[in-house]
Amino acid sequence: MLSYLIRRLLLMVFTLFGVSIAIFLLLRIVPGNIADILFDSAGMIDPAEKQKIVSDLGLDLSLPVQYAHWIGGLLHGDLGYSYVSEKPVLDEILPRIPITGRLAALALLFAVCTGVPLGVISAVQQNTWLDYALRLFSLSGLSMPSFWLGLLILMAFVHYFGTIPIYDRAPATFWAWVAMLGVPAAAVGFRSSALIMRLTRSSMLEVLRQDYVRTARSKGLSEAGVTFDHALRNAMLPVITVIGVETAFLFGGLIVTETVFNIPGVARFLVEAIRWRDYPMVQNLVMFIAFVVVTVNLIVDILYMFVDPRIRYGQ
Amino acid sequence: MSALLGRLALACLLAVLCLAAPAQAQKQGGVLRVTHRDNPPSASILEEATISTDMPFMAVFNNLVVFDPNARQNRLEAVVPELATSWSLSDDDRTLTFQLRDGVRWHDGKPFTSADVKCTWDMVTGHTASNMRKNPRKTWWFNIKDVTTDGDHTVTFHLNDPQPSLLVMLAGGFSPVYPCHVTAAQMRTHPIGTGPFKFVEFKQNELIRLARNPDYWKPGRPYLDAIEYTIIPNRSTMVLALEAGKFDLTITGELTPELVKDVQAQVPQMQCLVQPSNTQGNLLVNREKPPFDDARIRRAMGLSIDRKAFSDILSLGVDKIGGAMLAPPEGIWGWSPEFMQTVPGYGADVEKSREEGRRIMRELGYGPDKMLPLKVSTRNIPDYRDATVILIDHLKSVYIQGEMEALDSAVWYARLVRKDYSVGMNVQGTGIDDPDVMFFENYTCGSERNYTAYCNPELEKLFHRQSMMKDFEARRQLVWEIDRTLQEDGARPIVYQSQGGTCWWPQVKGLKLAVNSIYNHWRFDDVWLDR
Repeated sequence: MLSYLIRRLLLMVFTLFGVSIAIFLLLRIVPGNIADILFDSAGMIDPAEKQKIVSDLGLDLSLPVQYAHWIGGLLHGDLGYSYVSEKPVLDEILPRIPITGRLAALALLFAVCTGVPLGVISAVQQNTWLDYALRLFSLSGLSMPSFWLGLLILMAFVHYFGTIPIYDRAPATFWAWVAMLGVPAAAVGFRSSALIMRLTRSSMLEVLRQDYVRTARSKGLSEAGVTFDHALRNAMLPVITVIGVETAFLFGGLIVTETVFNIPGVARFLVEAIRWRDYPMVQNLVMFIAFVVVTVNLIVDILYMFVDPRIRYGQ
Repeated sequence: MSALLGRLALACLLAVLCLAAPAQAQKQGGVLRVTHRDNPPSASILEEATISTDMPFMAVFNNLVVFDPNARQNRLEAVVPELATSWSLSDDDRTLTFQLRDGVRWHDGKPFTSADVKCTWDMVTGHTASNMRKNPRKTWWFNIKDVTTDGDHTVTFHLNDPQPSLLVMLAGGFSPVYPCHVTAAQMRTHPIGTGPFKFVEFKQNELIRLARNPDYWKPGRPYLDAIEYTIIPNRSTMVLALEAGKFDLTITGELTPELVKDVQAQVPQMQCLVQPSNTQGNLLVNREKPPFDDARIRRAMGLSIDRKAFSDILSLGVDKIGGAMLAPPEGIWGWSPEFMQTVPGYGADVEKSREEGRRIMRELGYGPDKMLPLKVSTRNIPDYRDATVILIDHLKSVYIQGEMEALDSAVWYARLVRKDYSVGMNVQGTGIDDPDVMFFENYTCGSERNYTAYCNPELEKLFHRQSMMKDFEARRQLVWEIDRTLQEDGARPIVYQSQGGTCWWPQVKGLKLAVNSIYNHWRFDDVWLDR
């Protein structure tokens, strides 16, 4: 187990190294740089001031040297300086992480808490009206763009409740706070929930036909005991895998959801930083997201062991 | 009889009382919640050229003079004192002296003096070095020879030539007085002013917060405790949030006429105003790049444009048609409808203009079987793209086959400044409805925003001549002729003059918008909330 963990951690480092090179090069391939953008949109006053920013950012150095400076700073906890906000990058990113983290966690929670039980119900009630209704529900989740869904939800709230659950630093009531957190999470988690539901259903259907399930039933176990203790646990492996993969997709959905629900989180900020070619900001934000995705996938791999005792890594 | 007379007297008394009822008393307090469309590039008005910076931060500052907020049209006659208490002009109209208000303090407690005025204009004219990154309106101040002070409360602008418009430019939202003792870097992130509201916070991509300045020099003002701008880039979310009552006011000019209609249908009591935003859609043709260095091709392109079609498609026919100057009645200097009919390409018979355009192109060897291929560059946002699609369709009528090249905003402006494009569709605003602002900022040889590299020294002499004229009517006639030449030369053919909507809930009182510029009237010192 320990050697497996060490191997995985090393692999994480290599993955993050690959991501860092990719994002570094991609940013330099895209036309335009921050110095041009800051100065060219209106009358430039002093070429020396522009040159100073170019030098401060190291844009006049060779690409390998620029990369080494960035990674060196990152390893020392120096994320650089944003010339757009004129603040250290860390000061801009840190307050936004909890906002996005909370939204992502709630969305994942929503996806799992609705997707798994509904998938189980759909499998147990196969080919009944409830199964058809739930399958329709999951199909709509997979086919509805989250941007459109988010706007529909907002319109419904304004029309029926006269309020709107967009971000508010100080919600007036407890219910406003619940809506502000819960509604965007549900909007972004809906797609994942639908995917998890479909996967749980098909995995459950397969497991429910296994011999050991028949044996459990013949032993006289209750139907709930058979379904949850014997079938669901064995059906969860592919579901856990997809939860890991969905975390990465979730960040894509968060960009849209943060825009529609006007949440000042990391994802929306990343888009704005790309628009400005704010290299230090974009590079470090993408690295942060990559780190989260890789870590979640490591956690998922470790979870396998607890769900299926037959899996023992490193043996 | 006496009873009847008594009743009549009572009715008269009531009528008099009703008519003489005082205006609703202003209430102190409350936070004005305003939607904002995007993240301002910085908080420094002097360094930026966008309403995204101008509107939220104008309330932090004061000008020497300002447009009377009660006057609907921003013009010379509406200029009133602000940090200056009075001004006088020398007999030769070349020396403008301001007496400054005593006892005014910057938000950090330091006293405001004439030195602040001097250093502000020394900086924007480029007479002294500054650490500003940008100076987008340097051309506005071409006529200022020097600024001198006489004690703490007298400042004099020395001009090369008489210039009636100087007061107008000083009154605009883009001309605040900056403190000498604060660096340009700080002004971009934490501005210090003398205005009715103090800067509190600017959280990137989230909000801007201003709080009441308790030491404001104007007694009893401002009424509001604070103003909070929430940055909502998604227009649909912004409109829904306004309708839900989450906000009191939208950022100015951001709503399209269709959206305004929709908002008023959803919330009938909502107050909305659609007005010229003093921005124009214009065709940029880079006259340095062949084959567009040939004036005949540029002329044919101009003749292909059906301006009414643009207005009908883009804004339900609300956008105005005109030249460089804003069309009347909102605009002061725009062509009269009769005059406009005499300008080539502006006549009612579009087909006739296009036939003329086709004739020119045939002479140059083009035709239905040999179209001129070109890329029409534009900014990759809906307003620009929509206009570009229509333009490409119109260009086909004169044997030009266009293809859209949508560029990221960041790349777009950099390419314009470097003149790294052939043909572009652009939308551009001017802070003040004034010929000096328009001509010197956009059409003088080598000016920063002269994206098409247009240069006509003879016409530039006329720019200067009109700038010196005191007789309004004579000056307007000359401005019309200059504007006609600009359009005939295809300097930057104006396709449409945009209109934008602003909406606010009825509880917002004292808000008065100008009809000929969205960039002024945002001091908010007379605005109050009736909640």
